Amino acid sequence: MNPLILKERLKKRNSFMVKIIIGLICLLIILFSPVGYNVITGRTGYIPLLKTPQYQGDCVEGTIYMRKRHMEVLERWRNAYVRDGIKRYVSINGIYNISLTGTCLKCHSNKAEFCDRCHDYGGIKPGCWDCHHIPEIKAEK
Amino acid sequence: MNRRDFLKFAGVLAFGIAAHQSVNLISQSRARDEKKSTKAWAMAISFSACARREGCRDCIDICHLIHNVPEFDNPKDGLRWIWASPYESVFADQTNPFNRGMLKNLSVLCLCNHCDNPPCVKVCPTKATWKREDGIVMMDYHRCIGCRYCMAACPYGARSFNWRDPRPFIKNINKDYPNRMKGVVEKCNFCEERLSQGLIPACVDICPEKALIFGDLNDPDSEVSKVLRARFSIQRRPYLATGPRVFYIF
Repeated sequence: MNPLILKERLKKRNSFMVKIIIGLICLLIILFSPVGYNVITGRTGYIPLLKTPQYQGDCVEGTIYMRKRHMEVLERWRNAYVRDGIKRYVSINGIYNISLTGTCLKCHSNKAEFCDRCHDYGGIKPGCWDCHHIPEIKAEK
Repeated sequence: MNRRDFLKFAGVLAFGIAAHQSVNLISQSRARDEKKSTKAWAMAISFSACARREGCRDCIDICHLIHNVPEFDNPKDGLRWIWASPYESVFADQTNPFNRGMLKNLSVLCLCNHCDNPPCVKVCPTKATWKREDGIVMMDYHRCIGCRYCMAACPYGARSFNWRDPRPFIKNINKDYPNRMKGVVEKCNFCEERLSQGLIPACVDICPEKALIFGDLNDPDSEVSKVLRARFSIQRRPYLATGPRVFYIF
């Protein structure tokens, strides 16, 4: 083959490779920009802080269990109350009325600083509040 | 283990399993019989007592207030759990012309009939509506997908659909009871949430003329049983074999 044509082809290929590499670098920058943003603003160790302003004794289950499985507890409660007509929940901490607004939100009355903190952080949008009501927050002392 | 021992063992095992199963079956059927002795909620509505107060809406207002039923200006969007309609449309099948003439201006209170054999339950594809042991036809709004088969199946027009988000149209929100969302069907629940607290339905409770009588049909001494035994009563479209549990007396 003519060496001149070969040189031309190699040049073309090199410029193509450069384009691909630039594209990949751009992609990586976009992918890791949220991490970079957190590093710059110093929020890498951010943990949502929750508040339970109307604290009135023990929760229906332990904190660690609830943190991990409250959604399962709520679903069980929902099915028990609506479908099986079971209106009370018995746990090691006592007997509770099965009610989101009446029991859970009595203590965890500040939805914005309790439910939403984690749900916003995790990008979760539960549909509970389309129908269930949030009690009014009493003035904190 | 030789062949003989193995056969002996297998025989004993098979017998054991069979015995266990039959004991289970017997205990289950006994449990079912015990469950049958629950309540059978029913209602009787007196035409004459209800008509004594013309324009009274106490039962409708209290029901719609405590259950967060919204009010829309456009009747096409309207939702209702309990409502009043003219006699000739509610009892269109009662063709006796003399009765029709006499009851021409009578408005009749209507609500979900909590049928013995509810057609809405049969058609629901998600089991969002079902009949409880005590006869209440319940709705699980979490499960309703808004297909409206039940509305087509109900011969009494007891179900209504949320065409719009209801929350902005609820005047006074009762925070103890949830509202519904856009895209679900809703209806009367015989105040299930009050019954579980030992209270009677709100419409029965508030009626100033005691025109609504509520109780347990399984209990022969309940007020509703006594009234229905003693007085002539009619049901809405009984020939459809739905077995309505709401009775009308004069």
